[in-house]
Amino acid sequence: MTTTESTTARPAAGAAPAPRGGSDRARAEQKLGWYLAGPAFAVMLLVTAYPIVQAFYYSLFDYRLTDPENISFVGLKNYAVILTDSIWWTSFGVTVFITVVTVAVELVLGFLLALVMMNALKAIRPVLRAAILIPYAVITVVSAFSWQYAFSLDSGFVNSWFDWLPGVSADTDWFGSTGSSLFVICLAEIWKTTPFVSLLLLAGLAQVPDVLQEAARVDGATWWQRMWKVTLPNMKAAIMVALLFRTLDAFRVFDSVFVMTAGANNTETVSFLAYRQTIARVEIGLGSAVSVLLFLSVVIICIGFIKGFKVDLSQVRGEK
Amino acid sequence: MSTRERVLWIVAGIAIVVYALFPVGWIVSLSLKSSDDIANKQFLPTSVSWSNYEQILVGDAAELFLPALRNSFGICIIATFLACVLSMFAAYAIARLDFRGKKLILSTALAVAIFPVISIVTPLFNLWRQIGLYDTWPGLIIPYLSLTLPLSIWTMSAFFREIPWEMEQAAQVDGATTWQAFRKVIVPLATPGVFTTAILAFFIAWNDFAYGISLTSTGASRPVPAALGLFSGASQFESPYGPIAAAAVIVTIPVVVLVLIFQRRIVAGLTNGAVKG
Repeated sequence: MTTTESTTARPAAGAAPAPRGGSDRARAEQKLGWYLAGPAFAVMLLVTAYPIVQAFYYSLFDYRLTDPENISFVGLKNYAVILTDSIWWTSFGVTVFITVVTVAVELVLGFLLALVMMNALKAIRPVLRAAILIPYAVITVVSAFSWQYAFSLDSGFVNSWFDWLPGVSADTDWFGSTGSSLFVICLAEIWKTTPFVSLLLLAGLAQVPDVLQEAARVDGATWWQRMWKVTLPNMKAAIMVALLFRTLDAFRVFDSVFVMTAGANNTETVSFLAYRQTIARVEIGLGSAVSVLLFLSVVIICIGFIKGFKVDLSQVRGEK
Repeated sequence: MSTRERVLWIVAGIAIVVYALFPVGWIVSLSLKSSDDIANKQFLPTSVSWSNYEQILVGDAAELFLPALRNSFGICIIATFLACVLSMFAAYAIARLDFRGKKLILSTALAVAIFPVISIVTPLFNLWRQIGLYDTWPGLIIPYLSLTLPLSIWTMSAFFREIPWEMEQAAQVDGATTWQAFRKVIVPLATPGVFTTAILAFFIAWNDFAYGISLTSTGASRPVPAALGLFSGASQFESPYGPIAAAAVIVTIPVVVLVLIFQRRIVAGLTNGAVKG
């Protein structure tokens, strides 16, 4: 299919509108294509585009579920209320903090794991691959509980294991302050998602041509030089995809925060704020506005990545 | 490779295995602690006790846990099945046919995949309440499609692209009917891709927490992750560590086993959809 593939991407889109370009067969194929792919496409729009439009609509109203009679149009007032409130900015800051810390650590750690898997002896490679998939298979909520219980005052072993570290003692309350709570949340997130990053990077590593490595070695490049000048530039696409996907994913962090702190001690993230407004306080108007802002943040991050780093998704995601 | 390097890689390998297993080992160990052992501040229980499992499977917590387990299984299997059927047709069209809008469909799938779940939850919460889907199975199955469909479409089209479709024609030249050629040649080649996609989609649905906690209110449809999340909130002062750990182990072990059995395919599926060489 490689030959047809390369012609499908652009020429097809350009050829079809040409007046005489579409034969009966091409038109039939066009129709069949949409018959087959249409339902999936429609369902995707229905479960995302429709709700977000609905959310935008509700965000313009002052609307509480417990008081449905008093619904009134307020324009952009909800947005003004949120954007001038320190609650929003705290949660935004926490979300950015978690995103930056986890993604940075995951990239470095994931790359190390990928290097080990790449170079490990053949005999232990399957073992490593199996092991690395385990965090991926564990539900986020379960991972959050595991880490929370490990650090918690009444059930944890961390304090007794690490009491030789400065600042850690038998009664260190990890969930008692913002910084230490965020530390544990980040740990859990990193543990759970690093394997995914490392698998993407491993696939990228495998794409670096051996010839280049060999040539650099012959020319007397050190391991470090080869890493920076040959390996990393050649797997830029894989790194960018891992970075983009993990950033967007981390920005939506919700499960771990819910389980570990429920937003206590200023650890609320944007997703958690939206949840709390809508589901707990049934402020549909305000909650919808937070949801729309969260959505816009994700869109902006995505555009920033694609424009700023020139991530060509169509190219990397297998559409060559 | 020198002996020193060998040792180094082996040590690094062991470090990875410990890294991956540690939190899982901890939750298993915690689930085996009896209630007076929970606070022993040690990693391992002093003596193995099955009381936590008893409590969630036949004891007082069973009426919370077992319905949630049933809901999770039912909802995730149906959502996976629907996503696979829909994306099978879509991926076939994307891999095989030449039609306008192919790019549009793939980009839409990508956009849906990065969509913040919570942004969908807010309007759905309201809508589901109005049309009576709140706290029902379909009320979760429909939003789960937003999680499972994009991944299924990407992964399956990546798999389908690898299929040598010419073989179908070859079979027809050899005298097979269209249907025979499809059934005997293409279906066996496509099955592994579909199967892998199904496993990945199931994981994603199984892992969901945001929808589960927002769109349900009772045991009628609440899935396990949400039930676990709320279980802890029941009492502020005495968290039921043991039973939660036991429940966590029960929902984790089958998935881990699944992963270990199909690891090769899962790795291919995860990376195929994302970075294609």
